Amino acid sequence: MPELTDLDAAELGRRLAARELSSVEVTRAYLDRIEAEDGAVGAYLHVDGETALERAAAVDAARAAGEEQGPLAGLPVALKDVFVTEGVPTTSGSKILEGWRPPYDATVAGRLKDAGTVLLGKTNMDEFAMGSSTENSAYQVTRNPWDLSRIPGGSSGGSSAAVAGGLAPWALGTDTGGSIRQPAAVTGLVGHKPTYGSVSRYGLIAFSSSLDQAGPMARTVLDAAVLHEAIGGHDPRDSTSIDAPLPPLAECARRGAAGDLSDLKVGVVRELGGEGHTDGYEEGVLARVAEAVQLLEGMGAEVREVSCPSFDLALPAYYLIAPSEASSNLARFEGMRFGIRVADDGAHDLDEVMALTREQGFGPEVKRRIILGTYALSAGYYEAYYGQAQKVRTLITRDFTAAFADVDVLVSPVTPTVAFPLGTRVDDPLAMYAADLCTLPASLAGLPAISVPCGLSEGLPVGLQIMAPALADDRCYTVAAAVEAALDSARGGRFLDQLPTRAAAGGAA
Amino acid sequence: MEFRRSMSTPSAHDALGRDEIAHLATLSRLALTDEELDRFAGQLGAVLDAVAQVGEADVADVDPMTHAVPLTNVLREDVATPSLPRDVVLAGAPAAEDDRFRVPRILGEE
Repeated sequence: MPELTDLDAAELGRRLAARELSSVEVTRAYLDRIEAEDGAVGAYLHVDGETALERAAAVDAARAAGEEQGPLAGLPVALKDVFVTEGVPTTSGSKILEGWRPPYDATVAGRLKDAGTVLLGKTNMDEFAMGSSTENSAYQVTRNPWDLSRIPGGSSGGSSAAVAGGLAPWALGTDTGGSIRQPAAVTGLVGHKPTYGSVSRYGLIAFSSSLDQAGPMARTVLDAAVLHEAIGGHDPRDSTSIDAPLPPLAECARRGAAGDLSDLKVGVVRELGGEGHTDGYEEGVLARVAEAVQLLEGMGAEVREVSCPSFDLALPAYYLIAPSEASSNLARFEGMRFGIRVADDGAHDLDEVMALTREQGFGPEVKRRIILGTYALSAGYYEAYYGQAQKVRTLITRDFTAAFADVDVLVSPVTPTVAFPLGTRVDDPLAMYAADLCTLPASLAGLPAISVPCGLSEGLPVGLQIMAPALADDRCYTVAAAVEAALDSARGGRFLDQLPTRAAAGGAA
Repeated sequence: MEFRRSMSTPSAHDALGRDEIAHLATLSRLALTDEELDRFAGQLGAVLDAVAQVGEADVADVDPMTHAVPLTNVLREDVATPSLPRDVVLAGAPAAEDDRFRVPRILGEE
């Protein structure tokens, strides 16, 4: 019989609803496992077991009293530390917010609370979500449960490590340039970046406001869809929120698992690992993705290669736009209204206190991006850098529009390599940025994209990315569910069920 | 794929030297150390060279895209709603006094 902490959220929810299991039991099982194993993994920045158990007991009591409860009631969840949570420490991975307890909940955190979920804790992340390995956290290293010497991806690496490592049934992450999809890919999870504007940004600590989106990270496509439905939809508190209903995501995930893709047209993006664009991609990654594409064909999809030439400029455009917006957003951290303050000793004036607070409170990657962003927005350089990058963004969107005239979804690898060893890229910004190569185009165009596991290379997970037109998130779930079901059936079990034996073997294939 | 380390738009590499970074740090209220100035000068020059590739794109007649979703200004109803209680907000501040944020002196000694 599998451990409680190995079950899907869907199965846990079924048992909770049937009263075969209490929320206290499942919450305690996760807390015990966190206690035993998170010392080695480092997924969580903050866990409050007592509050979680009180909350679980309250959900159990309400259920026992016959109160009507939603499908998520009593299910534990982990949140990336970028979401503000009322009374619960929130740092965004930065020393500048050390000790801060926000006075309100992010909309998505509030929605999960209202749905009756139990917050297990806040997960580690690259400081202000800037990074692809979670090594830029000001607090601790997070390790990949598949191989503890490797990165869990980033910036939502605490969430990916928690879910893959059995320390949370599912979690929320945020994705600005790939920060849900890339960590999901390298830890063998399903991770979805929703259409920009379809999930509220209210209460997300802002990094790059025109790109940031929250989304689900889960063990199965269905779990991800259910979590997405729980957090998504219009929010009047976010002025960029789209006032339209979400498509039926969980229903599409269930239907997709039947594996009939006979009406589907799939485009394989040449610029993302195709002919003439394989530099930096590992052979094993390309092989698993090619096999997944054959699988789609076998399920009836019509597959063709598609060229999106402007995608070659996604990386430089992103690394101008995101730092520019970050340099502006991070101006709010000045040590006056929240977080730490340094050198307020009467000898330093306001400007000096701000500069010293930011010097001590921010880490190197955040400082680099503030400097670069401030430069790119400077008079005299604005047009050549930021302005030009925004025009490239239009070109990338045009490539997507042209492609989607002929195909329903686009596919590619999620990231060019499997999880790389800790420490190998952290001092080389350009090498770190290359991890985002495949995820950036959908980010810049605001489109939905999902990562679904498609096999192992060198014993480590590989992700297939499925991108769809704006507001067609359902297509991502349908196709991902078909891939997942076909691979699970061929394997005779879920993808993550391979982890314990693989990890015990030292991550070697 | 690695970034191609080509150059096109402004003289990129020299533009983010040590002095320029010190100036930008002042503008952005960052009291960088000498060691950071040295390190960032090397790293950011390379990054700027790489991102300057956007200059290669042919963007005649291309409008900038500021946003993924074509929304115009979204205004809420002009109805007063309660804000957070003052004591709750000030509880998160590094320093408060007389129901206000306490800040260091703004003007010099003169």
